[in-house]
Amino acid sequence: MSLDLAPLLPGTIVLSSLLPGVFIFLVREENHLLRTVLNLFGAVLKLVLVGVMIWGVYLGQVFETRVQIAPGLELVLHADALSVLFVTLSTVLWLVTTVYAIGYLEHSPNRSRFFGFFSLCVSATVGVALAGNLLTFVIFYEILTLATYPLVAHRGTPEATRGAKIYLAYTLSGGLLLLVGAVWLRTLTGPVDFVAGGVLRGMPADMHRELVAIFALLLAGLGVKAALVPLHGWLPQSMVAPAPVSSLLHAVAVVKAGAFGILRVVFDVYGVEFSSELGLLAVLAALASFTIIYGSLMALTQDGLKKRLAYSTVSQVSYIALGAALLGPIATVGGMVHLVHQGIMKITLFFCAGNYAETLGVHNVSQMDGVGRRMPLTTLAFSVGALGMIGIPPIAGFVSKWYLGLGGVEAQQYWVLLVLGASTLLNAGYFLPILYRAWFRPLPNEWPHEHHFGTRFETMGALLWPPVITAAFCLVAGLFAAAPFSPLEWAQLIARREYGL
Amino acid sequence: MYSNLLTDPLVLCITLPLLGAALTTALPRHAVPLGILAALATCSAAVTLGVDVWQHGALRLVLGGWEPELAIGLRADGLAVALALMANLVALGISVYASGYFRDPERMRAFWPLWLLLWAALNGLFLAGDLFNLYVMLELLGITAAALGALTGSREAVSANLRYLLVGLLGSISYLLGVALLYTAHGTLDLGLVARAIAANDRLFAVDAAALVLMVSGLALKAALFPLHFWLPPAHANAPAPVSAALSALVVKASVYLIIRLWLDLFAPITGLAAAMFLALLGAAAVVWGSWRALRAERLKLLAAYSTVAQIGYLFLFLPLLAVTPPGPPRDNLLAALVLMALTHGFAKSGFFLAAGLVQTNAGHDRIDDLGGTAQRLPATTFAIALAGSALIGLPPSGSFIGKWLLMQGAIESGQWWWVIVVTTGSLLASAYVFRVLSRAFGLEPTPLKFVTDARAEVPALLLSLVAVALLGLASGPLWTLLALRAGGGA
Repeated sequence: MSLDLAPLLPGTIVLSSLLPGVFIFLVREENHLLRTVLNLFGAVLKLVLVGVMIWGVYLGQVFETRVQIAPGLELVLHADALSVLFVTLSTVLWLVTTVYAIGYLEHSPNRSRFFGFFSLCVSATVGVALAGNLLTFVIFYEILTLATYPLVAHRGTPEATRGAKIYLAYTLSGGLLLLVGAVWLRTLTGPVDFVAGGVLRGMPADMHRELVAIFALLLAGLGVKAALVPLHGWLPQSMVAPAPVSSLLHAVAVVKAGAFGILRVVFDVYGVEFSSELGLLAVLAALASFTIIYGSLMALTQDGLKKRLAYSTVSQVSYIALGAALLGPIATVGGMVHLVHQGIMKITLFFCAGNYAETLGVHNVSQMDGVGRRMPLTTLAFSVGALGMIGIPPIAGFVSKWYLGLGGVEAQQYWVLLVLGASTLLNAGYFLPILYRAWFRPLPNEWPHEHHFGTRFETMGALLWPPVITAAFCLVAGLFAAAPFSPLEWAQLIARREYGL
Repeated sequence: MYSNLLTDPLVLCITLPLLGAALTTALPRHAVPLGILAALATCSAAVTLGVDVWQHGALRLVLGGWEPELAIGLRADGLAVALALMANLVALGISVYASGYFRDPERMRAFWPLWLLLWAALNGLFLAGDLFNLYVMLELLGITAAALGALTGSREAVSANLRYLLVGLLGSISYLLGVALLYTAHGTLDLGLVARAIAANDRLFAVDAAALVLMVSGLALKAALFPLHFWLPPAHANAPAPVSAALSALVVKASVYLIIRLWLDLFAPITGLAAAMFLALLGAAAVVWGSWRALRAERLKLLAAYSTVAQIGYLFLFLPLLAVTPPGPPRDNLLAALVLMALTHGFAKSGFFLAAGLVQTNAGHDRIDDLGGTAQRLPATTFAIALAGSALIGLPPSGSFIGKWLLMQGAIESGQWWWVIVVTTGSLLASAYVFRVLSRAFGLEPTPLKFVTDARAEVPALLLSLVAVALLGLASGPLWTLLALRAGGGA
């Protein structure tokens, strides 16, 4: 029975949010209930399906949906260990974010449009995660760009339209570079399927220069979404989007799709050893390190809370690229696991930032004095996320940094420790002052724009519980890192398969 | 297979719209139901024809019982059927839309006979098997198109379409001169027979080449290939919306079809790489210039019209690639990509123009900078524009994405990498002009009440755009099978 359904599962997982999304567009604006039911139905169904897939992949079962678009051009959705990591992350966080978004947008206009595109966005992300070849990856990567644009522009203010325009200019240009790279690679090799260990090892030496040029194109295309400096300019600008969208951009979908693409290209197209032979890893490592330091430095200077978090994302996502850029299974584990860890930590922080803004009207770090006493649970969640970003044990972020550092030592690239050390100091430099203000400074006489929701908690339930839950994830992922099916265990499974250990 | 000529779908595709034109002229009070009926009937005939060709291979029919050299021949191979199917589906959508579009009874009565005549000419052109028949259809198409374009009666529309008519006549005369040369040289008008004669007689190279130049330049004028595109934007932008859709999506495409037909079937032995390169350079200029002007356009329909200039340009980029690629799967890919891009443009541009027409009716104008509230009032229309727009850019999963992918692949494989730069520049410019419109959709206006407000107008626009984006992009495989069904020479 399950064997017959295996080829359908990846496709069904994509459709499980795509179809509800299409129906949501048609739902009348005032029909809150139907829209919520459709939203949650899609999110829960997807979660169940992903659960089935995790179990199957763990047992070594193959899930593959193949659709021929045209002769020689196939849409392939394939579940391997790496795609499962990303699919699970985005599916779980999507459910949480949906609940949060329903609360956040309670009384705002155009909710059917918002949730329609929201669902398309997650479908595209899952498509990116499950893409089994480069063509499929490019297709979903571009759809993701398109589906996110209306979300960034959602508020309709001049700043929102401007932010969305910048977002689009960056991502569409990046998408074109990626497309050219993918087409070029295809002319050399035929269909580029993702295979653990890479597919280009056997290419003759006189083609190496072309392969390097193609890598540059692919990296430039992916680097835009992954916010590698100097391609990161859109990320701080798109801060105008509503908080659930920021969470989606930073933790679940867009930035992650870029970082995930880099992992795919390095590990499953070029192969990590071959990339190292071509000298590509050194370039990637330099770019990633520079981005890590630059993002942190910029974060230090921001007073806007969401802007500070945005620059922190620029910095933190490059840990994933750094993990890919170091030759050796331990660094790989560090990079892969940070894909998940950065996601759960950053989404917590953005949820909390949204709560401060919605409940108290607090948008800037300088307004955060005493916020911990007014909103203790939210601030507790924020603190867990922030300390995790700094890398304090036992929160998830520590595990990532530990493996990255060890990986650097294993690869005999001791400068990695320097980068990690400097970054940790800077992380502390821009997060600790916030925590100090929040917990230890006196309450102001009046909040900028306080809003009472009439609950016994500090804010509306749909806003409060999502960050608390994701903060709990951060702790669990760190404390039980060695448990089966933890992100770390799974990252080790991937690394074993990539290195053929 | 069909004993009776009257029930042969090949014939019905042309006679049904003619009959419809006659009926709507005779009974103008019932023009709308009769017109819709004729549209449905014609479209079913085209689908039946498509199924026949799919099952039995290319079809051929000689009318009137004359010698094959002079006979009126009809033929339907894969290429013709692919374009005819697109044209008939799009025309059906336009008909449904038009049934509610014209408020003025006089215009409505004038519209249907002309529109059905144009449809007959279009089908005739796709299915004609001889050069003279093609000329007749080309002429009929040009005249009906110009008459329809002037239907609003405004001064700009009349003057733009008068120019369009003259340009069209000039183009057809040039084509006719070419036909005369070929007939004098080879003594036949049948496409297949002329093709064989050209291949066999290299002594007549000069005559054939002259005919080629005359015919292709006449058709390029009608297809608005840069720099002969000057007449298109005013004519297309000032016509009533359903007519703009037909002009941009179908009528221009007919001339391109004929160029491709002549280039690949008839003149294949004498068209060299240099000639193909020349046309492709013009195409590249069209891509860049058309997109640039679309970006600068102040009105939505003018933007769409300039975008047509650009999109036609892409089709010519394929010629030098086809010239250097030997028969085999890579060449099949190129040809299929060429047709796929033409089909996608047909669906997308008609959807775009229909939606633009709704915007214009609703807002009373189509100045892009002042469209904010309209987009908000008409979500389904805005969606249609967004879908059609992403097909114009070539974003996945539209048919033109696959087309551009294969175009770039072919360009890199044959070492003509510079076309990749043209394609990427064109795509960037197209994104800029499409999103310049779409960014108006996000404003501070109140939430729309419902998704679809005017089903008869919005559903066709939405469906046509959806075909361009989803169907052609994700299931274009059958096109390859269809294009492999070639007519077997002149017999």
